[in-house]
Amino acid sequence: MIRVLRKACLSATLAVPLAACGSNWQSALDVHGTSAISLKHLILLIVAVCCVVWMLVMVALIWALWHRREGRPTPPQPARERRMTIAVTGAVIATTVIIGTFTIMSFFATRSLSVAGQDDLTIRVRGLQWWWGLEYIGPDPSRRFETANEIHIPVGRNVRLKLEGLDVIHSFWVPSLAGKQDLIPGRSNELVIRAEKAGVYRGQCAEYCGMQHAHMALLVIAESQDDFDKWANAERNAAAQPVEEEAAAGMQTFLTKPCAACHTIRGTLAAGTTGPDLTHVSSRRTIAAGLFETTRGSLAAWIADPQTIKPGNNMPMVPLTPDELRAVSAYMASLK
Amino acid sequence: MNSPATASSPRDIDIQGTRLTEALTETWKTPPGVWGALTTVDHKIIGRRYIFTAFIFLALGGVLAALMRIQLAQPEARLLGADRYNQIFTMHGSNMMFLFAVPVMEAVAVYLVPLMVGTRNIAFPRLNAFSYWIYLAGGALLWIAFALDMGPDVGWFAYVPLSGPQYAAGKRADIWAQMITFTEVSALAVAVEMVVTIFKQRAPGMTLDRIPVFVWAMLVTSFLIIMAMPAIMVASTSLILDRLVGTHFFNPAEGGDVLLWQHLFWFFGHPEVYIIFLPAAGMVSTMIEPFARRPVFGYLGLVMALIATGILAFGLWVHHMFVTGLPRLGESFFTASSMAIAIPAGVQIFCWLATLWDGRPVFKTPLLFIIGFFVTFVIGGLTGVLVASVPFDTQVHDTYFVVAHFHYVLVGGAVFPLLGAIHYWFPKLTGRMMSETLGQWSFWLITIGFNATFFPMHILGLEGMPRRIYTYQPDLPWHALNLFASLSSVVLTAGFLVFFINVIRSARAGDVASDNPWGAPTLEWATTSPPPSYNFAMIPVVNSLHPLWDSRDALAVAEGLRTDRRELVVTSLNTAEPQAREASPRNSIWPLLTAIATSIMLIWSIFTPWAVVWGSIPIAVALIGWFWPKGTPEDEA
Repeated sequence: MIRVLRKACLSATLAVPLAACGSNWQSALDVHGTSAISLKHLILLIVAVCCVVWMLVMVALIWALWHRREGRPTPPQPARERRMTIAVTGAVIATTVIIGTFTIMSFFATRSLSVAGQDDLTIRVRGLQWWWGLEYIGPDPSRRFETANEIHIPVGRNVRLKLEGLDVIHSFWVPSLAGKQDLIPGRSNELVIRAEKAGVYRGQCAEYCGMQHAHMALLVIAESQDDFDKWANAERNAAAQPVEEEAAAGMQTFLTKPCAACHTIRGTLAAGTTGPDLTHVSSRRTIAAGLFETTRGSLAAWIADPQTIKPGNNMPMVPLTPDELRAVSAYMASLK
Repeated sequence: MNSPATASSPRDIDIQGTRLTEALTETWKTPPGVWGALTTVDHKIIGRRYIFTAFIFLALGGVLAALMRIQLAQPEARLLGADRYNQIFTMHGSNMMFLFAVPVMEAVAVYLVPLMVGTRNIAFPRLNAFSYWIYLAGGALLWIAFALDMGPDVGWFAYVPLSGPQYAAGKRADIWAQMITFTEVSALAVAVEMVVTIFKQRAPGMTLDRIPVFVWAMLVTSFLIIMAMPAIMVASTSLILDRLVGTHFFNPAEGGDVLLWQHLFWFFGHPEVYIIFLPAAGMVSTMIEPFARRPVFGYLGLVMALIATGILAFGLWVHHMFVTGLPRLGESFFTASSMAIAIPAGVQIFCWLATLWDGRPVFKTPLLFIIGFFVTFVIGGLTGVLVASVPFDTQVHDTYFVVAHFHYVLVGGAVFPLLGAIHYWFPKLTGRMMSETLGQWSFWLITIGFNATFFPMHILGLEGMPRRIYTYQPDLPWHALNLFASLSSVVLTAGFLVFFINVIRSARAGDVASDNPWGAPTLEWATTSPPPSYNFAMIPVVNSLHPLWDSRDALAVAEGLRTDRRELVVTSLNTAEPQAREASPRNSIWPLLTAIATSIMLIWSIFTPWAVVWGSIPIAVALIGWFWPKGTPEDEA
């Protein structure tokens, strides 16, 4: 029974790709963040210059090979040697000038990127095998809250990310918004991002971090200040008590089974910190770090057998009866 | 040199013709049979073995690459699971870097350098035999472990903490680290042999400015190996200690440092690229002469460029760490040094272009591969300039852009010249020519297949595809280019198949080669194809950079070496004045026994630190056997 359910859920979720979002939502060329935009300009400029250089070298190569193929070889002649010396010297000087210019350009680009303006929104980003822990921190401790794998930011504001690697090295990279920065155990790094345009941007861990490195994605949702405030206020609330009977039973199962040892659901006794905070899990667009769209079906599939869906991840398969599985997934789906 | 001959020591001046070659053959030969194969110290036999083994590893690594391309052709493909894929990309990288690229360059040099400098064997020939056995053992360790599902899965760079005791259970990471030790030991051994051979065994008259560019390249490469490899040895040993006996070099919780690993690894890892590239550049400089039919332009500039690259190579490692959060000003310094390496690379490219421009090119397969090298390597060099820029790198670091970049550098910059070199020196190695038709087929298939496979990866990287992912989701726009790259890799594979078929067919039934089929100017072409066990019946005397062009009819020779024992001429470092007759070691089984003892100790020490204690005893015994005093003078002035 549970096997059939799992299969049904899996195929249902796999059949529904995250089609709601534009296809270039993770690209260094389709950019909507302040620093990614200036990086794109730099990239295009340097690439253009290099294309020209390559073509010049190729023209020189073709000319060298074809201009006088016939005839017997002659010993080097001083006049031609002199011309070649001049040509080679000139080409080396040109190379030096070009790379000197690139060096200076990238020095100033680096400086302009690292000068961040005022930023009053700070998010602690923790990289874990294989998901992202997020804590919105601010001057007022009572307004802090915890979430996972989905970052909401207000458009047009600098957001400071404090990057911490807790197990192995990860790298935070949302190419449409900014270049990447590593999360390294024992060190703290920072990255300032700023979205110029509302939208959903995908990011993905960029440093090989073990078995499921391929499935460690996150979403950045840039929205208006009003929408952001609404979202943040909702996130600060504790989880709603389940209304439906099935969900209430699911909550009981969640709290009595090992689930609560690893996950926090604020407003209940579940206070584990090993796995993602699930207080508002159903308000997030994806589960399992970007693997599936959040639906009751995908939640059930994940709970039923996380090791088949994402082999090697740290969530064990908790044996549940079909009724318990339905109840827990109903409860999860109710956590908006 | 001309000390009077005594009755007890026959000299080469006393006998001539076939009697001389018979006497030399008797002295220098490798006996037939298994015993002879295991005891030989002939640099040509060991060099051929080395090349053959390295190409086996190339083929195996290529199979892994093909598997990865099949997996990535479709989103969410199920051919390989995450665990198997991670082993495969780790194996591919480690195998290609440590078991193919570095050893194959050394292997070609082991074969060629003694011939090119006009001596009879490499310096320390027993160490040379030892280095091959150790290399073979290291490669076997890695591949047998992989076959047993114990292949490393931590990436070829094995970043801590992922490779540390906490996150890499089992012995997979230890096998990676110990495989490093094997290849280290063998690479260091060959580097020492190279330096001594080039410094002290050059033919009389081969002054510093008459050394072939390939030999210069191997000299610089050998110094890079000697200086860079200890860094990775410290790193891999510290990793094994962290894993085996609980030291905390890389554990931040106990005062260790995660980034220390990256500094040590890349302090080796970046020069490693030049350890692979410089020999290839030397091959280009050497091969271009007979095919442009003129001396390479700018000999001094080329040699200086090799040396400058070698020095700069040690100042670039941080550009692999631009996104680790190091201070920005410091990173800018490494941007500058990384870009500066384009200058010596440019000097070489422009000198080769000038050579072709002034020459009369002959479009044979080796020259085609040199042209393919220009087309691809210049792209790789330019993308290298791009990733040297810190801001640029923050977007492309650890993406498929970098995968494209370093394949353009390593395949374009090293494998293309290497394939040209195989076609070029094949007659010297085997006495037979490779097929020109198949050679041209393999050139076109490899060039087109390579570019079509790897060029799209630049775009994939900019479109956000990270490296080392075993699959990707269908909602990401990477499917079409990945499929294109995978299909193109079929063409690339076909090209390599044609190459291997050509090698096998030509070795059995190729046209018989003359001594100097290309009309080349360097000394390896002054002897027969393939050379006799003693290389040269009389040691040549050199009075120009192109001895076979400038004195083609009568190459002067040095006289007075004994024929009843292995003797070669030791010359001075700068001016190659003859200084002594040096005895070259005879065949011996001890290098093999020492290598077996060393291998047992190294593999055993993956499991217990006591292996270092008990495993040292057989090594000591083997070394005593190896160095047992001979009771005869080693050299005579």
